[in-house]
Amino acid sequence: MNEMSSDGFLQAIRDAKEGRNWNAFSQHIAYFKYLGLDVQEKDDEIICVLPKNEKFVGNPVLPALHGGIVGAFLESTALVHMMATQDVTQVPKIINITVEYLRSAKLEDSYAAAVFTKTGARVANMRVRAWQGDRNKPIATASANFLVS
Amino acid sequence: MAEGFDISQIQGIIDVGIPQCGDIGVKVLELEDSGVTMSIPYNEKFSGNPVSGVLHGGIITTLIDSASGMCIYIKLKKYIPIATLDLRIDYLKPATPFEELRAYAECYRLTKQIAFVRAVAYHTDRNDPIANSVSTFMMQSTKTKPLNAQAKDTGGKS
Repeated sequence: MNEMSSDGFLQAIRDAKEGRNWNAFSQHIAYFKYLGLDVQEKDDEIICVLPKNEKFVGNPVLPALHGGIVGAFLESTALVHMMATQDVTQVPKIINITVEYLRSAKLEDSYAAAVFTKTGARVANMRVRAWQGDRNKPIATASANFLVS
Repeated sequence: MAEGFDISQIQGIIDVGIPQCGDIGVKVLELEDSGVTMSIPYNEKFSGNPVSGVLHGGIITTLIDSASGMCIYIKLKKYIPIATLDLRIDYLKPATPFEELRAYAECYRLTKQIAFVRAVAYHTDRNDPIANSVSTFMMQSTKTKPLNAQAKDTGGKS
């Protein structure tokens, strides 16, 4: 896995974009595979799905997903959005992320989508929102900055 | 060491009561009155970059969030339900592949309702961090019984 060359990875991203085969990202990025991240495209919007999985639980009494997993899911969604929509010349580097936890994340499938608030020459700023059953009831939101060049 | 908990108790709560932490191999390294140090071993399956093998930020978030929550219990000297309200992470530099990742978290202000926490992730030197974090937690987030009290309940009423 680690032996992939930088050119090889960028080519894989280009191929994924060309074929709109977003799940190719999960084949190449080990942590996406661990999450079981499923990337779907609906009405020109890219939506990431985090499948329900017992191993993501942080509080088994409720039960609720671990806050770290929710944060990781939002960060992953931001990264997918970057790679899918921008011309990247390297794996985009995250500068920081602020996650706001709004509701307890149940042991269910989770969904997330990202939008750019600004795509600058050096930094891209994004808002990410995650939800479960009802899109109007977000479980968490995040703002993240990525270094573009 | 902080009174109220010992490392094996905390490790037991993590292994049995927090599936995600058990799954990624979270270990408690040190409990101090000021804070808690936890670690995860390097694992290729948590890499975010297939070229370099550098860990994905998400796994760092999970370790930091876990340590940040745990340091509140250490400060309180008891285990109550808490929920992360918000958490900000600055990624200062990439983690080094194949090295154990550590996080040190400290609850620097505790009120009835809210706990304020700061944390760093690093390999060997706390003063040379990979990531810096500040977070806030809601206390008594649910009516559920604490995990360690549940463990003592052998009747299994719930």
